[in-house]
Amino acid sequence: MNDMPTPASIGLSREDLPNSYIGRSVPRPNLPKLVQGRATYTDDVQPPRLVHAAFLRSPYAHARILSVDSAAAMQVPGVVRVFTGADLAKVCDPWVATLDHLKGMKSAQQHPLPLDRATWQGEPVVAVVADSRAAAEDGVAALAVEWEPLPAQLDIETALDPDTVVIHPSLGDNLCFTRTAEKGDVAAAFAAAHRVVEATFLTGRHTGVTLEGRSILADYNKAEGTLTVHHSTQAPHMMQGVFAKQLRMEEGAVRVICRDVGGSFGIKVHVYPDEVAVAAMAKAMGRPVKFVADRFESFVSDIHARDHRIKGRIAVDAEGKILAFDIDDRTGIGPYSVYPRTSAIEGNQVVNLCGGPYDFANYRCTTTVVFQNKTPTCQYRAVGHPIATTVTEGLVDLAAEALGIDPIEMRRRNLIRDDAYPYTSPPGMRFEGLSHHAALAKLLEMVPVEKIRADQAEQRKKGVHRGLGFASFIELTNPSPFMYGIGGARISAQDGATVRMDPDGSIVALSGVTEQGQGTEGILRQIVAHGVGVPLERVKVITGDTQTTPYGGGTWACRGAGIGGEAALQSAIALKQQILVVAGAMLQAAPESLDIVLGQIVDKDTERERMPLSELGRIVYYRGDTLPKDLPRELVQTRHFITKDYPFAFTNGIQASWVEVDTDTGMVKLLEHWCVEDCGRVINPLLVDEQVRGGIVQGLGGALYEHCVYDEQGNLLTTTMADYLVPMSAEMPEMHIGHVETPTGESLLGAKGAGEAGTAGAPAALMNAINDALRPLSARVTEQPFTPARILRALGTV
Amino acid sequence: MKWPAFGYARASTLEEVFRLQAEHGDDARLLAGGQTLLATLAFRLSEPKLLVDITGVAALRGIALQGGLLRIGALTRHAELGRDPLVAQHAPLLTEAVPFIAHPAIRNRGTIGGSLAYADPAAELPACIVALDSTMVLASAAGERRVAAGDFFTGLLETALRPGELIAAVEVPVATDASRSAIVEVARRSGDYAMAGLATTLRLEGGVIRAPRLVYFGVGNGPVLAARANAALEGRSLDAAAIAAARAALAGDLDPQADLHGPPEMKRHLAGVLTQRALSRFLPAAEAAA
Repeated sequence: MNDMPTPASIGLSREDLPNSYIGRSVPRPNLPKLVQGRATYTDDVQPPRLVHAAFLRSPYAHARILSVDSAAAMQVPGVVRVFTGADLAKVCDPWVATLDHLKGMKSAQQHPLPLDRATWQGEPVVAVVADSRAAAEDGVAALAVEWEPLPAQLDIETALDPDTVVIHPSLGDNLCFTRTAEKGDVAAAFAAAHRVVEATFLTGRHTGVTLEGRSILADYNKAEGTLTVHHSTQAPHMMQGVFAKQLRMEEGAVRVICRDVGGSFGIKVHVYPDEVAVAAMAKAMGRPVKFVADRFESFVSDIHARDHRIKGRIAVDAEGKILAFDIDDRTGIGPYSVYPRTSAIEGNQVVNLCGGPYDFANYRCTTTVVFQNKTPTCQYRAVGHPIATTVTEGLVDLAAEALGIDPIEMRRRNLIRDDAYPYTSPPGMRFEGLSHHAALAKLLEMVPVEKIRADQAEQRKKGVHRGLGFASFIELTNPSPFMYGIGGARISAQDGATVRMDPDGSIVALSGVTEQGQGTEGILRQIVAHGVGVPLERVKVITGDTQTTPYGGGTWACRGAGIGGEAALQSAIALKQQILVVAGAMLQAAPESLDIVLGQIVDKDTERERMPLSELGRIVYYRGDTLPKDLPRELVQTRHFITKDYPFAFTNGIQASWVEVDTDTGMVKLLEHWCVEDCGRVINPLLVDEQVRGGIVQGLGGALYEHCVYDEQGNLLTTTMADYLVPMSAEMPEMHIGHVETPTGESLLGAKGAGEAGTAGAPAALMNAINDALRPLSARVTEQPFTPARILRALGTV
Repeated sequence: MKWPAFGYARASTLEEVFRLQAEHGDDARLLAGGQTLLATLAFRLSEPKLLVDITGVAALRGIALQGGLLRIGALTRHAELGRDPLVAQHAPLLTEAVPFIAHPAIRNRGTIGGSLAYADPAAELPACIVALDSTMVLASAAGERRVAAGDFFTGLLETALRPGELIAAVEVPVATDASRSAIVEVARRSGDYAMAGLATTLRLEGGVIRAPRLVYFGVGNGPVLAARANAALEGRSLDAAAIAAARAALAGDLDPQADLHGPPEMKRHLAGVLTQRALSRFLPAAEAAA
């Protein structure tokens, strides 16, 4: 296992090992098309007879829909049809988003458009279809809807109080899910502890802002009885199943195509009522219907995330050894759990991940997931990780401070030893192999701690407050069916790849994982070129079409490289073996004595060129009559991969943040940031580094800027890019990325996920850095985002 | 959202603009840089029947020194303002302000006339124009009239512009050797509207402050000329005590509203910090260091 030759393992430079592409920074194939504006996004697809949808969205957080009068809207030039919830209910079934393995979880039936009640401001209520989007918007403006505003349930703290409005009376209360994980004797550990410290943390509700808004074009062909959906999604096969089920069709009659997708971050892996409505309207009308969410709609209807309040306690002995964590998490998820992944997973992840990097015995963590009249929340990049890491690392720093121990030393004393694996964490997570101490050592090679501490002391004399903060983290990647499948969700943990050779010797690879701009197709091309033995340029990768690619889960939870990549590698190797069998017959040589190097069949020992693949292709496809009758010649191979030994391939890492806090204005300047992470085998260092950098930026964004702010009536106030602040390049720090490679033994490729590491650890590292800067002033912040107002309040200035 | 349907006319002379305005009244809106108007159309906050594009009107262009005043045409784009040598020499406050205005793409299209006519309370240019004690040149079919910048901004997004009138130019008194100016602001990200900002001018005559004009933005309904703080500074030697007196007096000048960034107390505090930072730049030591 893991005996694949890499440049390092055989002592060659990467450039000296022919067609060894795994581990090399090579450009990705789709870059020119993306930067030259020649990509094909869903909105670029323009079939004949296309009509456009716009939605009237609820102006109230909670209101009864008394009547909908569409007479005036139907008179607007260009308007074709108006659909209400009742209209769509005739052709589309409602759904309920629960998972069986989340015991006791409940949620209400959700229709594409509600039948009688709107439950968040921004919920789509009535659809207008017209021959242009502008005309559809004119139609929406002409709709007359009579509302009866109802009291809204907004506060997560009072959601379960007896006098609080119950959003779905059929559920009895506003509780969606609760779970407690307990291990050891927490009460005794706290009673016997040398020190106990505690804090309450807030992680502000925020959202993923994709460059390309959610987009869908659904086309129902009445003659064929087929539905073709162009969709900006991460999971085309899952959506195929969803559309089929809700629209009462066979899965085989639904085709989902996602061409280019302009960013996702988890936002585009969920079932959105407006998108299902579009598919239902296409079926009802028998013509193509398009909907592209604009930025206003995105802010009120894309899933939000991370609306948590977490109370945490840590118990330590006199040497700083962690004895116990005791954590109470509460989160608000909007009025419905989101289909089909559910909105309880984030809280569940907090329970699974708190304390993750550390070796300790006693653990208690409860999550309480409640309904509220705000935009639904669901899985967003690094689901639950930044929350768990913030709580864990915030408490570890507080304990270190209470004991007078340096934060680095505190971590060194408590991180799980690198030789302790396999290891099972208190909440039951199984770790195959992590590298916390190696990662810490690598980080300390990169961060000039002594120089920074000297500068910090010097600057303090001048009234300049700088701080250095650290955050260790674990990351859940390569999920097995234990994530969703065991709960009854039709979400594939397995993925497949088909690799074929065409007559000219070129290779085509079809994969069930998907590309949203992060470079999935780039790494698949490297893996296939490496596995078959051809130049990169000879490989074409196709993703995002349920009709042509092998069935798979798509791209989420960091599985593209680890799962999709392994399937691609195995099918490439199988194709190579088949090619060598044919080559052996043609060259009258034993297949084992041959190899493929840069598209040439060569003698394995001498690397003497024997025949180009194009010649083999010519013979197989055009002159098969010259080959032995019984010779197998299947120049197309398909393999699937699913993890079997571990429910998840955990990865780990550590980050450091160096900041300056302007204590007069409360502004935080990000000076420098470091991250060392271990994603197992690195396939493309450039892409992994960029994934980590992008993840850090997204983590810093949530910790410093991004916030979905509501008023007391439940209206979202941050609905433009001027009010919802995303991190911009001018404010981002210099970032340094390092790696430790601990490949998973579950696959030949050995790759684990890398996409969420940056986001998982950045907020906690930043929080600890700010608090390090504020320490001499006896101020501390634990509520994200760390705005100037909050920092000034912590300083007692305002 | 998509723009509502509207008509478009491109004027090449002021007469043509006035004729179209007279013909269409409130249904017509002037289009210059479009950096605010086009966004409000996309938000469907405004639904004019006709956009009158004035970018081809030569009389509204150009920057020139005229009779001891710097005349800045209303169509001057922010980027042009930022790189103009006459502006840098005679009204350096404006040169310093330009990098704070949004982002390069917006500065390449947005105009000074548009910014002043829109009168966003958090915008830099209205505050600078008031701090510079400039005069607005307003044109209509009836001819030109002049309004002091301090009287031009009348309320939240409101100005002294009358129906059928437009901003033709701004006339700025030129800086002298004794002039000092500074603009400072606190914004969440570079290019954002300021949480609080301060544009200030004054004369330092033998170390004594004359004619101070501290104008705050992002803390009220428009640019706020801080009368009490200015009075506290007038005629004093510029030193730490004078700055402290200005900060103390400021409390009576400002009545900020809470916004997404924070409560009124925070805005008051930030205005004080900015006062300290702006005025400290004129202290002799700071001048020597510079």
